[in-house]
Amino acid sequence: MKKQCILNTRIIDPANNIDEIGGILINDKGRIEAVGSKVTKGNVSDAEIYDCKNKVAIPGIIDMRVFVGEPGFEYKENFRTLSQAALSGGVTAVATMPNTIPVIDNVSTLDFVKRRSRDKSIIKVFPLATLTKNAEGNDMTEFGLLKLRGAWGFTDGVSCIQNNKVMDQIFNYGKNTDVLIIQFAQDNFLSENGVVNDGLLATKLGLKGIPEIAEQIIIERDLRLLEQYKTKYHIALISSKKSIDLIKSAKEKGIKFTVGVSINNLSLNDNDIGDFRTFLKLSPPLRSEEDRLALIQAVNDGIIDVIVSDHKPEDEESKRLTFQQATTGASGIETLLPLALELVHNNHCDLNTVIKKLTSNPAKILGVRNGTLSVGGEADIAIFDLEKPWVLKKENIQSKSKNTAIENRKLQGKVEKTFINGKLVFNN
Amino acid sequence: MALNQNQAVKFNHKHLLGIQYLSIPEVNLILDESLAFVELNRQENKKLKILNGKTQINLFFENSTRTLSSFELAGKRLGADVMNMNVVNSSIKKGETLIDTAMTLNAMHPDILVIRHQDSGAANLLSQKVNCSVINAGDGRREHPTQALLDAMTIKMKKGKIEGLRVAICGDIMHSRVARSNIYLLNMLGAEVRVIGPSTLMPKHIEAFGVKAFTNMEKGLEGSDIIMMLRMQTERMDGSYVPSTREYYEFFALDYKKIKNAKPDALIMHPGPMNRGIEIDTNLADDINRSIIVQQVEMGVAVRMAVLKILMENNK
Repeated sequence: MKKQCILNTRIIDPANNIDEIGGILINDKGRIEAVGSKVTKGNVSDAEIYDCKNKVAIPGIIDMRVFVGEPGFEYKENFRTLSQAALSGGVTAVATMPNTIPVIDNVSTLDFVKRRSRDKSIIKVFPLATLTKNAEGNDMTEFGLLKLRGAWGFTDGVSCIQNNKVMDQIFNYGKNTDVLIIQFAQDNFLSENGVVNDGLLATKLGLKGIPEIAEQIIIERDLRLLEQYKTKYHIALISSKKSIDLIKSAKEKGIKFTVGVSINNLSLNDNDIGDFRTFLKLSPPLRSEEDRLALIQAVNDGIIDVIVSDHKPEDEESKRLTFQQATTGASGIETLLPLALELVHNNHCDLNTVIKKLTSNPAKILGVRNGTLSVGGEADIAIFDLEKPWVLKKENIQSKSKNTAIENRKLQGKVEKTFINGKLVFNN
Repeated sequence: MALNQNQAVKFNHKHLLGIQYLSIPEVNLILDESLAFVELNRQENKKLKILNGKTQINLFFENSTRTLSSFELAGKRLGADVMNMNVVNSSIKKGETLIDTAMTLNAMHPDILVIRHQDSGAANLLSQKVNCSVINAGDGRREHPTQALLDAMTIKMKKGKIEGLRVAICGDIMHSRVARSNIYLLNMLGAEVRVIGPSTLMPKHIEAFGVKAFTNMEKGLEGSDIIMMLRMQTERMDGSYVPSTREYYEFFALDYKKIKNAKPDALIMHPGPMNRGIEIDTNLADDINRSIIVQQVEMGVAVRMAVLKILMENNK
């Protein structure tokens, strides 16, 4: 393969503290050879040149919470369609959720995902396996074997371990096997049949609410256990201000763990649901504007480590129902970066902070080498126009499912090129 | 004078999905129209031809006797062809989605669909998918607009006005669409609305609706002109909200002792069906000096006739 060179671009690489105008030289093996202001047209004459003036180059985004339909829900999303959607949003790697049919809870189903993604996926796939068999919250899966065979972390995905004894064992044995435990924090009793934030909107729409305390109580329990076992622990998603306060004091106490947030909870609040817009039925639910602003602040304060798309493609039939009956989740991998840039344009967040939570931080948590532009590393790169205005139209969505929560939203900032292993795989 | 004003009012909706979408003149228009039908319903010949040739389908996903029969009678008295579809136990329950049902019915060219459904927002969803007018006869916990309208009508008939009255709505506020629609409507018409119930059955931020919330029945009833009792909706409770019916009866049922806190001429309403001995003392429920529950049923037919007429005139 010919050497590739991106020139005259603003390079942001939070892992290496780089934010400068320059170039990125990619060698014939698809790895980064040089980065920065020293890379100029003069010294790369033998390479394929991409002049990216006024654009921004970042490490390819790593999305830590993505649902792919394989196996079992191929009609919602497969690895090929997921790749197209991801690349158009500058995402070059994903951690896939194990809530498939069958569930990824043993080495053979894990192997299936690995083989399918190897054959069909353009983006890199880091599969996650469940914490418990069939994600039922009762019996642990084979952490050790699954890790050996390529599971990058463990989570029951859409469900949360309720049983304290089981969670205690998971922390204990998880430490033993040195695995990453990811919890979707929500108490089942407190959230039973709930479909929206338990607030004024729930009362107005006559829907059953999910109280913040359902999230808080699980986080509180897990942090107690974590204090004891010091396992690698990540809270998949938080949605409320109260959780932030809790996490803040635990982090200040020196307890080590990481926290994610969905871009949906940073960009929307429960009022956006309006008169029963089922595409905004999400889990965790969209909460108040106060919660949203607090989450943004927590991103800035380093209380939240990762921003994810929580990409959950659902076919129209699952959404064209009453709000109570509709499935939760929104397709969103391709709008993760544009929505994150909205936070920058609104002066809520600094660009470098946002990029860090999309690239190097998720890489660190998963324990993968990607997410940086370090010399010698795989050249996974996204190049975007920070200013370009556009409108998200349903018909332009690349994902197989069109259940976006932000249809017709005016966005600013669009991905133009995406490279994986030095190869230009998306060019707009 | 008022009537002339109202005749100039345009009812700006194809559907009746909730009180929250209505303006005060629109509400008054419905109430004024209803008045004429009250008179008609008391006469020997109750039949009109206003809706001749029109088809009305009553699509009920929840059991109902009084609302269903009230809508049926209203349609028939106006001359419409009325069909009742009770789908509580039919194939629709076995997997067909609401939208599929709507499309099927739509193909039969009805003019009016009256829907009751256990999910909040069901009537809104249906209205987006069909060509005819949709009337919400109760969706989940959200709205039951014709109930609120008939309640307002009843109060107006009995008290001569609504403005300035103190109305206490008591019981399971959380699960009640009747409470929500009544709060919207009575507030709009200038009443002072209170809600009373155990805190476990009080929805969050209910004060934001412009009501005062009480968890003590005696205090809440103080100075009330109207006491609106709600049914303890056991079928929609997923858990234990109150320890027992006898505990509930002791603290939240309306009886001769508690009613002393209200005004001496306070009147009792109930949307039905009543749980005698659970939320209301059985003798009090039948007390002709106090209870106007039977009048509510009478007003129900008139109000629904008015709604049908207005929507159909609007769709011409």
